[in-house]
Amino acid sequence: MVIYGVYIVSKSGGLIFNHDHNIVKTEHLKTFKYPLDLKLEFENKKIVVNFGSKDGIQVGHVLLAVDKIPVSGRQLSDGRDVWEILEDPKNFPLSLTFGRPKMTTNEKIFLASMFYPLFAIASQLSPEPRSSGIKVLEADTFKLHCFQTLTGVKFITISEPHQTGMEPLLKKIYELYADYALKNPFYSLEMPIRCELFESNLQNLLEQVEKTGISNV
Amino acid sequence: MSRQASRLDQKKVNSELFTLTYGTLVTQLLRDYENVEDVNKQLERMGYNIGVRLIEDFLARTSSGRCTDFKETAEKIQMGFKMFLGISPNITNWSPAGDEFSLIFDSNPLIEFVELPDNFMQLKYSNILPGVLRGACEMVQMEISSWFVQDQLKGDNCTELRVKFIKRLEDAIPAGED
Repeated sequence: MVIYGVYIVSKSGGLIFNHDHNIVKTEHLKTFKYPLDLKLEFENKKIVVNFGSKDGIQVGHVLLAVDKIPVSGRQLSDGRDVWEILEDPKNFPLSLTFGRPKMTTNEKIFLASMFYPLFAIASQLSPEPRSSGIKVLEADTFKLHCFQTLTGVKFITISEPHQTGMEPLLKKIYELYADYALKNPFYSLEMPIRCELFESNLQNLLEQVEKTGISNV
Repeated sequence: MSRQASRLDQKKVNSELFTLTYGTLVTQLLRDYENVEDVNKQLERMGYNIGVRLIEDFLARTSSGRCTDFKETAEKIQMGFKMFLGISPNITNWSPAGDEFSLIFDSNPLIEFVELPDNFMQLKYSNILPGVLRGACEMVQMEISSWFVQDQLKGDNCTELRVKFIKRLEDAIPAGED
């Protein structure tokens, strides 16, 4: 029973809330000799494994640290350029940390606003009139459940594919939203939700659901 | 956590506390504005702002669907009064076109201890209610207007709130709904 995250998209399609719940941390530390037997490439401001996989390091993983010094962009946090270090045989052996890239807030906002037209398109593509938008989107590693309220707010959860009871969970989250976000006089509609009470209650709910299932909440 | 456990059953609060708090609000507004018309307007506006938020609470708790005609809306509104104020107004006086109805309140918790002084006869004391209705309906893409035609505070037998359907806000209907 794993829920990976909860997103709330406003009526106008902006991401107003996101909560990462169970993030699978993948980090692989390995010592490399010269020459490096992985093909690395610099794309989207990240150094990405382009070809070759070994010991858990896979294509698509990004370089997170060199000798435990974190990498940002193509620079180490002490200002040295990563390419120069990797190309110089004198620096080896080097211990490199690879892992899955983390989504930045901007990327999340971007994805949320991308889901919005997809949802609308789905309802228009439908062969039957009066279709809803996307309710469930399934992949082999996760399942996305979306619940749109009558007022147009979308509640989205990302969970394991065989996780059950997501629809009642979404309704519960809606109740929490009605209680802790909307009744908070300092929260203005359509703005990002920064309410601690909402967040902590949501956290409790998700933990409870994962532990005992939705029927006991 | 006790709140969490009792989340679904409605939280009860003494109606007198609510009545008195509302009374404080109205007197404060009268003091601030000194003009009864402005107070009426302010109350309506406050109600509107409450309504746009309260509707989510109503929908989340009743999980009711979209209304397909105004009769259904009237019942939902009645349900809302039961839920939030603990009263069940009667629905009557339908207009022939079915776009207007009245809510009759035998008792109105807002005015329980209230007598209107003579110089405030123009005050629409419970004017927050029409505002709430307007805000709530607007969020579910329905434009309505409502007003008081009878008021117990002004010597009528009952309080009558008239509700009129104006139009559906078609542009605002979320995708995957229409």
